[in-house]
Parts: sequence; C-alpha cells; structure tokens
Amino acid sequence: MNMASTNMPAFSVPVAHAGVSMAGLSEKVSIRNLDFFYGDSRALKSINLALYANKTTAFIGPSGCGKSTLLRVLNRMYDLYPGQRATGEVMFDGENLLDPKVDINLLRARIGMVFQKPTPFPMSIYENIAFGIRLYERLPRAEIDARVESALRRAALWDEVKDKLDASGLGLSGGQQQRLCIARTVAVKPEVILFDEPCSALDPISTAKIEELIDELKQDYTIVIVTHNMQQAARVSDFTTFMYLGELVEFGVTEKIFTAPGDKRTQAYITGRFG
Amino acid sequence: MSEVALNGTTATTSAALSRASALNRLRLSDVVFRELTRVAIFAVLALLSGVILALIIGSVPALSAFGLSFVTTEVWNPVTEKFGALAPIYGTLVTSAIAMVIAVPVGLMVAFFLTQLCPLWLRRPIAIAIELLAGIPSIIYGIWGLFVFAPFLQKHIQPFLIDTFDGVPGLQDVFAGPPYGIGVLTAGFILAIMVLPFITAISRDVFDAVPPVLKEAAYGLGCTRWEVFKHVVLPFTRVGVIGGVMLGLGRALGETMAVTFVIGNAHTVSASILAPGTTISASIANEFTEAVGDLYTSSLIALGLILFVITFIVLAIARYMLLRLQQQGR
Repeated sequence: MNMASTNMPAFSVPVAHAGVSMAGLSEKVSIRNLDFFYGDSRALKSINLALYANKTTAFIGPSGCGKSTLLRVLNRMYDLYPGQRATGEVMFDGENLLDPKVDINLLRARIGMVFQKPTPFPMSIYENIAFGIRLYERLPRAEIDARVESALRRAALWDEVKDKLDASGLGLSGGQQQRLCIARTVAVKPEVILFDEPCSALDPISTAKIEELIDELKQDYTIVIVTHNMQQAARVSDFTTFMYLGELVEFGVTEKIFTAPGDKRTQAYITGRFG
Repeated sequence: MSEVALNGTTATTSAALSRASALNRLRLSDVVFRELTRVAIFAVLALLSGVILALIIGSVPALSAFGLSFVTTEVWNPVTEKFGALAPIYGTLVTSAIAMVIAVPVGLMVAFFLTQLCPLWLRRPIAIAIELLAGIPSIIYGIWGLFVFAPFLQKHIQPFLIDTFDGVPGLQDVFAGPPYGIGVLTAGFILAIMVLPFITAISRDVFDAVPPVLKEAAYGLGCTRWEVFKHVVLPFTRVGVIGGVMLGLGRALGETMAVTFVIGNAHTVSASILAPGTTISASIANEFTEAVGDLYTSSLIALGLILFVITFIVLAIARYMLLRLQQQGR
C-alpha cells in the first residue's frame, strides 16, 4: 500500500468537507514521518497527522494497530522503557518533542495523560490534585485550595467529594477515580490531554459523565482519545483517525469517516466486519 | 445384543472393583501422610516451647538473684558474681540501629535502581551479586571485619570522624575517643552489609508489585524519578518495605559470629560508638565456655531469653506488616 495515496486524500478531507469550517483551525501538534520501534519490530509506519487545537481527535482501530503506541509517543511515555524508540518529527508549538534535549518532565506537564484504568495515587483526594500542582508551582495554601477546587469542579467531581477531601482517593468508585485522575491532569494546566481508553473500565453512567466532560474540556484543551468503542469515537470526537497494522489508514472529520469512509478497510472496521 | 450388554456390565463391575481397591490403597497412604504431617508439626511446636521453657527455667536463678535490676545494671563481674545485662542490651540495640540507618537507605536505593532504572541485561547479575552477599558465612564477615575492615576504619574513617565532630555539641560525644578500629560502629557496618540483601530482596519484590500504570500516571504528570519514588512507589509499598526492614532487623539483632569478632567485647555502656562494646549474642558466645558457677551460666541464659523476646517482638511486627500487605490485595 502506497502511503502517499492513502494519506493525501485523507488530509484534504477536512478542507473539502462542507460541515466543518476550517477557518479557525490551528495545528497544535504536527506528526511527520513518525516511525516507532519496539526493539526491532516496527509498530508505527511513517505516520503523518495533525492534531488541531481545541478539537477532539479520536484514534480508532483494531487491537495492536498502534493507536496507544502513537498516543504514548506524544508525551514520550515510551522513554521509560529501554528498547523503545521513535524516529521522525512531532512538532509541538514549534518544537520537535522527540528531540532528546526536550525537558521531558515539562513536556509531560504540558501534555497530560489519563489512563485506561483509574490511577489515583495512594494519598488523599486533596493530595492527589495538590501533588501535581506543587511539582511546578510554589503557592500559598489558600491558592492551592482554590486550584484543587477548580480542578475538581472542572472534572464534575467537586460536589461528590467536597466533604471528604482528606479521605483516600482509593476509596472512590471507579468512575469517580477516573474523574479524579482527569482533575489531577487538568490541575497542572496542560495544553493537550491524552485519553487512553478512559472509559473501558467504567459503567455506562460513568462513561456518559466522562464523555460529557471531554466535550467541555476541549474548549480549553486539545484532546486526543484512543477508544475501542466506535460509538464513543463518533459521539465525542471532531476528527477521527483510523489505524491498521501500524499504518494511518484514514484521517478525517468524524462524521465523514463514519458515514462515508474513503478506504475500504475503514469501512470494514466501522461496520464491524473485523477488529 | 444381550451378550454384549452382559459383557458390558461385568466389565464395569470389575473396573469398579479394581478402582475400589486402588482407592483403599490410596486412602491408607493418605492417612499415613496426614499423620506424618501432624507429627512433624507437633515436633516443631514441642521444640519451640521446649526451648522457651528451657530458657525461662535456666534464667530463673539469675532473675531471682538480681530481679528487674538485671536489665538496668551495667556491671558484669564474674569474680564478684554481679551480673547486669544493660551493656549487652544497649550494644545489641545500638549496633542494630546503626546497621539499619545504613542498610535501609542503601537497600531501598538498590531495589529502586534494580526495578526502575537498571537496563534489563544488568538486572539479573546485580540481583545475584547482592543475593550472594547473603550467602557468605558470617564467620567470613568476622575475619574480614577484624583483619581488613577494622584496620581500614582505624586508619582512615575513625580519625576523620573524630576530627570532624570534635567540638560539635552532642555529636562530639558520639564520635569520641581513640580510634580502636574495632567497636560498636564497626559491628554496625558489618551488620549493615549482612542485612542489606534481605532489605533489597524484599523491597525489590514489593517495588515490582507497583502497577506500571500508576508509575506511568506519575511520570505522566511530569514527576521526576525521585518524585515518583518518594510520592508513589514508597507510599504504595510502605507496609511491605517495613516488613522487609523488620526481617533484616531480626537478623541483625541475633547475628553472633561476625559481631563477636569486631565489637571488642567490653561490658560497658559508652556514649561513643567508636568505643568497644558487646551484644547479647556476642557475650554468650564469648563467655559460655568460661562460665563457672550457676549464677554466671544462668545470667548468660537470661541474656538469651532477653534476646529471644526482643527478636520475637520484631519478627511478630514484621509478620503482621506483611500480612496486612497481603490483605490489601491487588
């Protein structure tokens, strides 16, 4: 499969699509010729993709297609593991974030991540949020209190936990824990938030709350979400990327991808014929 | 048709019979096995209570002669038959404390390195090397400590400590006196080396049990390795780490041979950790052969009883901690 022939029409889709105005779009992150390797095996093959500011982009595709890998390149999470490396370019505000000179801790503060399973730290609800803030800023207690409250409000969790801020974060329900993790991510004021299948461990009601939240968050943040749930991708995202076997097959406005996919593999996947 | 059916029935019956006899045989061996395990368990329990009982009975003469003052008196004079356990108790606790102060941070750092930072190919060799430390017989630590390590301390480290802390209130008394080489500090160092593998091994296991996604979440917020270790890994594994430290402490408290070589065996309580001292187990090992008279022997046995009680408490706490760790269940 010639990559150019699959990518070119995909990139032109947003412009051509009547439903979405391209006027206000700016590229927050631009991925160019990205390859990724687990040891010797090539998991991502010359990915080219733009993530637009204040929009939600969904990565869909069958298991093992590389969508989580792509997400973990964006905050260099792969750096934790020996033998994993990326080549190519990921431009983020004019800077190639794959550059070894990039301050990785600062990068991860600017590009936050919410994981598949809720990951509250073994500390109180308050400390879970304040912890991240204190990593970067020295603030008086009152200001930290205010930041904690606003983060919890952003994550639609404040009313449920305001009376038990000192209780352990581990005592919350799964959905609450996931919103706590979103609050924690929001509290350090990132520019991009990466969601790695954030609802796969949650019940439908909690899922609905998180989706609602993602929709609100995109006013202030650029959002990327990996999901196995195609209805979810259709509900929450503005743009959808379909990946298959490490290749980016198709990128476009979500509505277009789900109603008139340009590639027959995309069509086969979204109609449930494989994956 | 009927013949076939008949044949079938006899086949089933004979199969059932042979199965029943096989079952009987198995049942017999099962009973024997069960009884054997029961005997084994009772033997162990009987041994344990026998040892405790012997310790208690053996220490009655000393305890009735000196009463509670046995544990508060420093004097240990075989000639006048005045015995007090304060110096050995103090020495045991101080050497163990020194060992822990050194071994706990080092052990935790080694474990963190092994689980989080170390390249995969280097992980096993380092882990094996550290476990080998645990396999070295304590007598070897003893002679190495006496002939190599103590002279080294005497020449280089102890004069430096004495000079450095001279004039510092409080600390100048802790690091006072001539550099003997052997002494409480030396024993503490040797013990630290000996308990390091225990602390490292257990910490490594519990650090490995931290869910990767939790660490990733912390790194994902922009934490440095130190911050992840301090705020996420350590709180998450606190109970297990304490359990490991307690097991190491239990070993340090009871270690005899290596300590006997390097501690100096002086029944004195000295503020300076450079001074010679003694521990409970070192006293017993040194003096048992020369203990003449019931009171002398009984005092040594009473020392043993005290050591047993201290170690028991430490191990009980360790078990309790580890139990709670398992109950946390993840």
